[in-house]
Amino acid sequence: MKFAVIQFPGSNCDQDCIAAINGLEGLHAEYVWHKEKSLDDFDAIVLPGGFAYGDYLRCGAIARFSPIMRAVIGDARAGKLVLGTCNGFQVLCEAGLLPGALVRNRSLRFVCDMVTMRVEVDDSPFTHGCPKGTLLRMPVAHGEGCFFANAETLQELNANRQVILRYADNRGRILPEANPNGSIENIAGICSRERNVFGLMPHPDRASDARLGSIDGTKIFRSMVQAISANRTTSERAKQVA
Amino acid sequence: MKVKVVVMPKAAVLDPQGNAVRDAMRHLGMPEVRSVRIGKYMEIDVEGKNGELESRLHGLCRDLLSNPVIEDYELKKTEESR
Repeated sequence: MKFAVIQFPGSNCDQDCIAAINGLEGLHAEYVWHKEKSLDDFDAIVLPGGFAYGDYLRCGAIARFSPIMRAVIGDARAGKLVLGTCNGFQVLCEAGLLPGALVRNRSLRFVCDMVTMRVEVDDSPFTHGCPKGTLLRMPVAHGEGCFFANAETLQELNANRQVILRYADNRGRILPEANPNGSIENIAGICSRERNVFGLMPHPDRASDARLGSIDGTKIFRSMVQAISANRTTSERAKQVA
Repeated sequence: MKVKVVVMPKAAVLDPQGNAVRDAMRHLGMPEVRSVRIGKYMEIDVEGKNGELESRLHGLCRDLLSNPVIEDYELKKTEESR
């Protein structure tokens, strides 16, 4: 199974993503430069963290117009799994693949810390094998990670069960103290209405090696693999029936 | 033609920068300050001056220069090109 890791000028977690994904059995990740135009050879797409185009204007504002984004948007609409971590999440929001926006942290500080998140939805392609209420620990490192959505969008996100992860304390309670950036309703990660695009501010890529203090990030990548395999089996069966 | 574009955070969006500056102004002897909102100001020089250019500029204001989810923009013509 092949994952693409998009490299924008200014991406800086692309190597972390490649190392994390290639460390998992049966998975292979390759860099794809932002000037490329096709992602046909890949089963899933990862938009890594960093500061694409220096985050000038707004985080992700310029990156969303990179040539590769046409393919990302087209493949996302066709149902391919797309994961955006940190800056990748910001790019996905700017590109309109995910609702809402990420704005300056409420504290005005860049936060670099280990956070705990509670799994709110366990049947997404990104959280298979993580029962509702599971706590995941991953690092965050961002200055603009405060998730914002207007009341209407927020209501839709909740009604459609698109909020996958919320910042929580180590007992799983959703408290203001557990919120590293002031995100509305402690939202740490959301998926698209169709559930195949997922963005989160924390870094699964930096939580994929026990030596770094957590391997909870691998649960996200493994879940994607399961979802892709299951989807393949279903479509093969459909073909046989046809 | 020269245009100026002002991009401001929407009222519903928290502006921690503006709040920090408001507090600093109050500390520096101006308790009358009610609020501060911080946005962006851009000066853009464009070749040509027809209305079609202006509507394309508005398009880019929506797509690139501002994010309609969190910001409003205002575009004003300031000068015709020589």
